[in-house]
Amino acid sequence: MTDFAGNQQIIEVIYLIASALFILSLKWMSSPATARRGVWAGEIGMVLAIGGTLLHHGIVDYKWIAIALVLGTIIGIPLGMVQMTAVPQRTALSHAFGALCVSLVGTAEFYLRSPNVPRFMMSVLCMEVILGGLTFTGSLMAAGKLQEILPQRPLTYKGQNFVNFLLLGGAIVIAVLLVHDPSQKQLFPFMLTIAVIFGVLLVVPIGGADMPTVISLLNAYAGLSAAAMGFVLDSKLLIIAGALDGSSGLILSVIMSKAMNRSFTNVLFGAFGQVQAASAGAQEAKTARSATAEEAAAILLAANKVVIVPGYGMAVAQAQHKVRELYDALTKRGVDVRFAIHPVAGRMPGHMNVLLAEADIPYDRLIDMEDINGEFPQTDLALVIGANDVTNPAARSDASSPIYGMPILDVDKARTVMVIKRGMSPGFAGIDNPLYYLDRTLMLFGDAKAFVGSLVREVAGGHG
Amino acid sequence: MGSTLIDALFIFMLAAFIGFEVIRRVSPLLHTPLMSLTNALDAIAVVGAIILVGEHKSTFSAVLGVIAVVAATSNVVGGFLITDRMLKMFKSSRPTKP
Repeated sequence: MTDFAGNQQIIEVIYLIASALFILSLKWMSSPATARRGVWAGEIGMVLAIGGTLLHHGIVDYKWIAIALVLGTIIGIPLGMVQMTAVPQRTALSHAFGALCVSLVGTAEFYLRSPNVPRFMMSVLCMEVILGGLTFTGSLMAAGKLQEILPQRPLTYKGQNFVNFLLLGGAIVIAVLLVHDPSQKQLFPFMLTIAVIFGVLLVVPIGGADMPTVISLLNAYAGLSAAAMGFVLDSKLLIIAGALDGSSGLILSVIMSKAMNRSFTNVLFGAFGQVQAASAGAQEAKTARSATAEEAAAILLAANKVVIVPGYGMAVAQAQHKVRELYDALTKRGVDVRFAIHPVAGRMPGHMNVLLAEADIPYDRLIDMEDINGEFPQTDLALVIGANDVTNPAARSDASSPIYGMPILDVDKARTVMVIKRGMSPGFAGIDNPLYYLDRTLMLFGDAKAFVGSLVREVAGGHG
Repeated sequence: MGSTLIDALFIFMLAAFIGFEVIRRVSPLLHTPLMSLTNALDAIAVVGAIILVGEHKSTFSAVLGVIAVVAATSNVVGGFLITDRMLKMFKSSRPTKP
């Protein structure tokens, strides 16, 4: 008996250390200089926690634990080796796996404990299973959209909000019945099924451009469901890890929704994604000026301060390595080159930074929107590559624009603007961009990768 | 055992506040690795699943537990791996400057 109690105490102390390591791990993520140390802290904490759990007195069957751990590792390694452009769908998939784990454990615990489940325990268990279930399928849908297995465009139908609220309401009613009488085992599968269907219907109507918000939100849900699981299992470690993950997801959701100019309640209830396909409207006869690579390179070389504004189009064209070459060539000629990063550039929070870092662009050259916006007036040249809506000055000035109020990069305040673009067609949200018709703007028509390549040749060639 | 519930709520509240304070300081530069890291840490749910498998109270619970351990372990391994791969790519220009 004393041995058993002693063992429990050792496990608790190990969990305590693991919790501290998890918090340190996130703290060290604050700067790229210490971030890798953060990963180490997390890994050590994880190994300690799993090792400590294996000491648990009740464990009789080690064989299946070992098999499952090995199998999980075999699946995990390829998931850790995906391309950087595929990181968003990998992240969505891992939210799905996390939520799957949580809802399966919740389900098993219910059937083991029913009917002797205290009310509070039962309500937390229902929350765990509902959140876990909807996050599982919702994340699978998000991953499918990002991988382009599912259509990227929003799939909407009449009364979808009504259907969604009806479903959620149904799940909550069943949860209340279960809390009232936990012996009603037959109700449980219905609650789980509704949650799973709700997850699908929640994410399917959302368009590709909103994915950064959706992923962050699913992250928060996954964290909350894990924390709920911690309450059910009375595991402080799990409560802490879930709370950390949940708050991280919540913070990122708020940042993303602000960057997309959506209210936070809109995000919480998933009632977003209705980007109106703005009618092209009466096209006034506006003229844009264009330039060749030769002319553009001359302007680049005459500039002292250049800010490059990359958008997801750059990553789609796989142009980031060419952009790095341009950065190198210009830096060599004494031009100060920096990159302006909009919070929603890419398909998940911070995605653009990763794509540029992969192309070996130093991170201290990547400046986020708030810090760089004040500097555009002193910028000789802003070069926009594959970005559109995040540079649209209509968001500041035109109250009738669908993106009015969205924070943008003030590219139009730079002395000269150059935009690399395939043609004059409007962007993702179908909104015309007045930036293209400014006197100071030059359009560089062509494929991003090819055009940047010819810019590099001109800039480097002019030197010799 | 009424106190354990309140204890757990206190822990949740404090951890959530620490999470907000710590994560607010994370540079937007690292938001993608941050998400993959919290994902790996969140997979600590594996401890609950391990106990479920190990205690083997019923075949049903053990089967669900095995699937749960596989899912969570793949998050642990994949999450840490990709976070480290991403962070390795972040280099400063300063050391190269004189």
